[in-house]
Amino acid sequence: MRQPRPFTLIAELSYQCPLHCPYCSNPLDIGAEKYRRELETEHWIRTFREARALGVLQLALSGGEPMLRRDLVELCEGSRDAGLYSSLITAGTLFTRERAEALKLAGLDHVQISIQSPNAEENDRIAGNRSFEKKIAAARFAKELDFPLTINCVLHRQNLDRIAELLDLALDLGAQRLELANTQYYGWAVPNQEALMPSWEQLRRAEEAVQHFRERVGPKVDVLWVLPDFYEELPKPCMGGWARTAMVVAPNGDVLPCQAASTIPGLEFANVREHPLEWIWSESDAFARFRGTDWMQEPCRTCPLGRQEMDFGGCRCQALRLTGDAAATDPVCRFSPHHDRVVSIRESAQTDEFVYRTIKRPVRI
Amino acid sequence: MTRPHLVTGARLQYDEVREEHVLLVPEGAVRLNPTAAAVLELCDGERSLDEIVDTLSARYEGSDLREDVEGLVDGLTQKGLVVDAAA
Repeated sequence: MRQPRPFTLIAELSYQCPLHCPYCSNPLDIGAEKYRRELETEHWIRTFREARALGVLQLALSGGEPMLRRDLVELCEGSRDAGLYSSLITAGTLFTRERAEALKLAGLDHVQISIQSPNAEENDRIAGNRSFEKKIAAARFAKELDFPLTINCVLHRQNLDRIAELLDLALDLGAQRLELANTQYYGWAVPNQEALMPSWEQLRRAEEAVQHFRERVGPKVDVLWVLPDFYEELPKPCMGGWARTAMVVAPNGDVLPCQAASTIPGLEFANVREHPLEWIWSESDAFARFRGTDWMQEPCRTCPLGRQEMDFGGCRCQALRLTGDAAATDPVCRFSPHHDRVVSIRESAQTDEFVYRTIKRPVRI
Repeated sequence: MTRPHLVTGARLQYDEVREEHVLLVPEGAVRLNPTAAAVLELCDGERSLDEIVDTLSARYEGSDLREDVEGLVDGLTQKGLVVDAAA
């Protein structure tokens, strides 16, 4: 099989973050010793160059909060020199006018600012810190400096009913894109599942609001809306398929096929301090393990819909979490013998209490 | 559409690895054939659609490229990637 070429590199520059969002995609053990030793500037810049040579075009400068890195300007210059298109994935609270100008000069291409809710009080409750006003100011700085602006909001039971307000806020802020990201249940969303899982009725109303907005506003604001996994009958190609389009570099230099891959026991992650990115992509254990279709079990192996190359068996981390086997069919699939577990989670008991993200103590579940 | 230009943040680039032109946009890319790349290079917000057609038709020895140019610009306008500088 011809090796696929990666398109996106997600650079998790640091797991430090001023926010405490209960659905954070970072691992639950962000406080662990192994993440303390963050990569140096030159490691990242070399990684960017190697990524471009492999075929990567899009670089996400992510975290944690990437703006906590003091060398962010140098990293943006490194990205530009490598020929990558760079996106800053930020909570916005540190995106001052002065720093925004420096990043613009350094060649940063695009700014994505997260908002937890269009309502200030609710935003601050979900983020676990007072941040709404700073986010709005950040969005305005981004526009003043002519950055293309994406507003990202992770959606769940606590904020889905405000979707019309959120759409209007994005329009008011001049966002070119609004990413409505329904919560995916890995990382910190797992212990918060009961507080986050929406009802079908909420999703239906939200989808309707998105439809109305698109008709009213047209292509000026590109609204990305995808129905959450748990309400589907067929799985999505998680990460575009394992080791097919994207790679994630953790703050310590470990390279993963997805943000949650460290939850899969027995996978070995190679580190950019020790190996060239090209070798990691094409040869390393973690990338080779579930690439393509040879690893598949039933019912994927003889998929009655012939979807092996469409959904690549869905999400490995979800399969592991719900069936105990990372090589099983994603139970979102209606052909999975474990599909009833997805159905029962939709209907599970609900709470409004969050387990907030923290780097201070490792959380075990 | 009178004077098309690329939306804020869109960048034309030649991808040496895949040996093709791409239009890079926030968190995405559109693969371009050489003609499409030539059209988009002229979408600078100054030239009119007619001028773009004339320039390219002259470059490609008089063949009428109006349909190709209009089709491409319309398609990318629908996606919000090309906007009208005159609007």
